[in-house]
Amino acid sequence: MDNQYRSIKVTVNGEEYHRQVEPRRLLSDFLREDLDLSGTHVGCEHGICGACTVLFNGQTARSCLMFAIQADGAEITTVEGLAIDGQLHPLQQGFWENHGLQCGFCTPGFLISAYELLERKPNPTEEEVRIGLSGNMCRCTGYKQIVDSVLDAAEKMRS
Amino acid sequence: MKPAKFEYHDPHSIEETLDLLKQYGWDAKILAGGQSLVPTLNFRLASPKVIIDINKVKDLDYVQETDGKLAIGAMTRQTTLELSEMVRSKCGLLSDATELIGHPQTRNRGTVGGSIVHADPTAELTAIALALDAEMVIVSTEGKRTDSADDFFISVMTTNLEPEEMLVEVRFPVLPSRTGWAFEEFALRHGDFAVVGVTTTITLDADEVCTDARLAAIGVDETAFRDSSVEEILKGEKITDLVLQEVGDKLSEKVDPFDDLHASAAQRKHLVGALAKRSLQKAKTMAVHNSKRKK
Repeated sequence: MDNQYRSIKVTVNGEEYHRQVEPRRLLSDFLREDLDLSGTHVGCEHGICGACTVLFNGQTARSCLMFAIQADGAEITTVEGLAIDGQLHPLQQGFWENHGLQCGFCTPGFLISAYELLERKPNPTEEEVRIGLSGNMCRCTGYKQIVDSVLDAAEKMRS
Repeated sequence: MKPAKFEYHDPHSIEETLDLLKQYGWDAKILAGGQSLVPTLNFRLASPKVIIDINKVKDLDYVQETDGKLAIGAMTRQTTLELSEMVRSKCGLLSDATELIGHPQTRNRGTVGGSIVHADPTAELTAIALALDAEMVIVSTEGKRTDSADDFFISVMTTNLEPEEMLVEVRFPVLPSRTGWAFEEFALRHGDFAVVGVTTTITLDADEVCTDARLAAIGVDETAFRDSSVEEILKGEKITDLVLQEVGDKLSEKVDPFDDLHASAAQRKHLVGALAKRSLQKAKTMAVHNSKRKK
């Protein structure tokens, strides 16, 4: 079987990229290694930890469970796309102010998941935040601060 | 943790997909939402020669009412079940239970057809399909067949689909008025695979006597489990604590579960009875509420 490379065009954080990919190239590896966007973290590589979460055509997806070839024509937002002109997104600011990150490995995934959560529920209860973020794992187990960060950001984003 | 090489096809139509399935048979695997298949590929637990990615196939992502049934295209994302007004008004059990399937990130990609065909013995959708007598619409280059959920699920991750066939639609009944439902499950963490779960529906008449009851359990057998003798206890009865106790006991007695890392067989037997009671109680309360609303 030859390598069957294919040309794809993907828009990531508003920038258009053209690359050749092998079908088995995971989207997470494509972002990190082919586009040098290392903000998307790779933890478990089988869809459990949530560190590799990105927005795929506006919806969260685990990038380790997708192939880059499937992203042909898609628009992707990674954690690098949250801040605009060096201005932290309110979620990032919330994590900064509430100690929402300890080692920081899981943070990109949490930020992207929280982004969608607040899009769907701008005024979530603590329980809704916990359920909404249950697909992301923090091995430092600092969940309390993460939940506080998201609630704080939600409040600021509403005002 | 990288998949082995495979040959990749991304057909744009059902016909093209069926031709590929006919050509490659057992060597091919369909990629739908990928939330179960891709981990398997990453672990190299499976390394199919050919991947047929059906994400570009048109006309497989829809929710519509057909012949009094709620017809759901196989590529409909699980998030759609959660958010669709049509699903909520016609078969609200699907909307409510979807929150138990994985996480928002996996539901955005994971599909209705993919979950059903994968046939994980703890998949919520398999229990709902079985309890509600859902119909599977299956096609191949030879034609089309419709099968009952009961015949479709054979064993752990095994259905009666032939390698050249694909599931294109699942038809759920429109739930009647005066009906309540629930899906109660025990999992180690929210969104994890269920250890045991029980889904129920209850339909009441004007005197709050049960005219129809459905019950299916996951995590206690090789497929979702349903037993008509358990449902029969409820029919023609007012749903009292005593009746619920009888149903829970009977269900516990009927199942023959397995031991594993997460729970012993004895614990599963206990859980299934307790969850059945809780699920039926919720369904009954909702049915009473829905009956009052109809008046």
